[in-house]
Amino acid sequence: MSLYNFFYYIGRYFMLMRRVVTKPDDSKLFFANVSREIIVIGYNSITIVAIISLFMGAVLTLQTAYNMTNPLYPDYLIGLGTRDSIFLEFSSTIVGLILAGKVGSNIASEIGTMRVTQQIDALEIMGVNSANFLILPKIVAALCTFPFLCLISMIVGISGGWIAGELSGEVPTSQFVYGIQYLFIPYYILYSLIKISFFGVIITSISSYFGYFTNGGALEVGHSSTKAVVNSTLVILIFNLILTSILL
Amino acid sequence: MIELQHISKSFKDFKVLDDISTTFQEGKVNFTIGKSGSGKTVLLKSIVGLHEIDAGRILFHNRDFTNMDLKQRKEIRKEIGMVFQGGALFDSATLEENVMFPLKMFSNLSYEECRERANFCLKRVEVINKNHLYPAEISGGMQKRVAIARAIALNPKYLFCDEPNSGLDPITSIVIDNLIKEIILEFNITAVINTHDMNSVMEIADNIIFIHQGKKWWQGNKEEIWRTDNEELNDLIFASELTKKLKKFYV
Repeated sequence: MSLYNFFYYIGRYFMLMRRVVTKPDDSKLFFANVSREIIVIGYNSITIVAIISLFMGAVLTLQTAYNMTNPLYPDYLIGLGTRDSIFLEFSSTIVGLILAGKVGSNIASEIGTMRVTQQIDALEIMGVNSANFLILPKIVAALCTFPFLCLISMIVGISGGWIAGELSGEVPTSQFVYGIQYLFIPYYILYSLIKISFFGVIITSISSYFGYFTNGGALEVGHSSTKAVVNSTLVILIFNLILTSILL
Repeated sequence: MIELQHISKSFKDFKVLDDISTTFQEGKVNFTIGKSGSGKTVLLKSIVGLHEIDAGRILFHNRDFTNMDLKQRKEIRKEIGMVFQGGALFDSATLEENVMFPLKMFSNLSYEECRERANFCLKRVEVINKNHLYPAEISGGMQKRVAIARAIALNPKYLFCDEPNSGLDPITSIVIDNLIKEIILEFNITAVINTHDMNSVMEIADNIIFIHQGKKWWQGNKEEIWRTDNEELNDLIFASELTKKLKKFYV
């Protein structure tokens, strides 16, 4: 991709966002759309986030235990290591990357299909700001639900770690519980919630962008969906680095 | 009345519309015809502002649409109804919700009044007792009728139809043609219709514009079209043996 194209796409993204962030034409319809998107984007993602977090927590505990075979290390450090890994990175970044795949592809294909079947043109002809009508409810819904998904991931991840530690006999419950309370810094939770909120905006806006500018037919909808996931993932990783250096 | 003054539009180096000027009269059925790729759809989309034109002016009742800002265009667009080639109904909404959508967005009617108006429009296009079905659950012809119902929900002054008969059988096509004609007369709408279907043109056209290679090649009415000596137009309209025989018989 040439430098010209890079700036062209960035410029087009911000021009689209300028149309997105305006006052909705009808506030009742807007809140109805936000409620619908909360179900689609947030509620429907709880199961996948919970399953992945459970296994992630379990594997983290086992790997931490494997790396702490020295008898000088107390067992509770396994709980502490699991907690910090989950709170600082996994519940925000890994969950963000998973949601980029699930939610991002869904958004890009939904809006892309609307574009190629002229539903977006129909909205424009009616005098509706289609960008605002279609994209803003998704961004707001992501901002409302992603922090909750992150909290669910933290709770389920820690539970997964505890179950794995107990079942494998690597760390007794009392030591694990002591570990997850030891040197606890509440700011880690806030840090994680801030990160996932940014990721929510990134995922919904970038996926909507690729869907909105789909050009062609069914094949291009598939391409847009792939591009949405790849680009959201890349931007999440870049922002993860930026936010970590700013917030920690 | 819609007035086009020297409209031109290019995509990169390819000129799609080249200096088109014409007038679409109020309460008349205006057809734009031409081969595939001649620029009909681009012309239609340019008139409604889905494409920005490179040169010229578009006037809706002497209001210059070309130089309006988004807010002013929005007001004009509330007076426009459009039927797209594929219907462009919202997949996630029922037929009734589709027709109610523009009413909920832009009218001050209550929910019940919106429903009443939507039901009136659906009945007008003869879609009865199907309000709670989704677009995917009905036939292509019915989708077109619902699209017409949605287009007329806000009592538009202008109706644009992009190939309303594409993919329909001849009988359903005639039903759609007659429906469009009746609605235009009933509500005194200025209609612009893109089509390949010469049956429609011969049935309901008041004014016909033939677009060839992005230029306005010919303009006239359905009587004049039989007698035209325009070679490209004759090639398009009287392409089949049947239509050639018909022309000989008619002329």
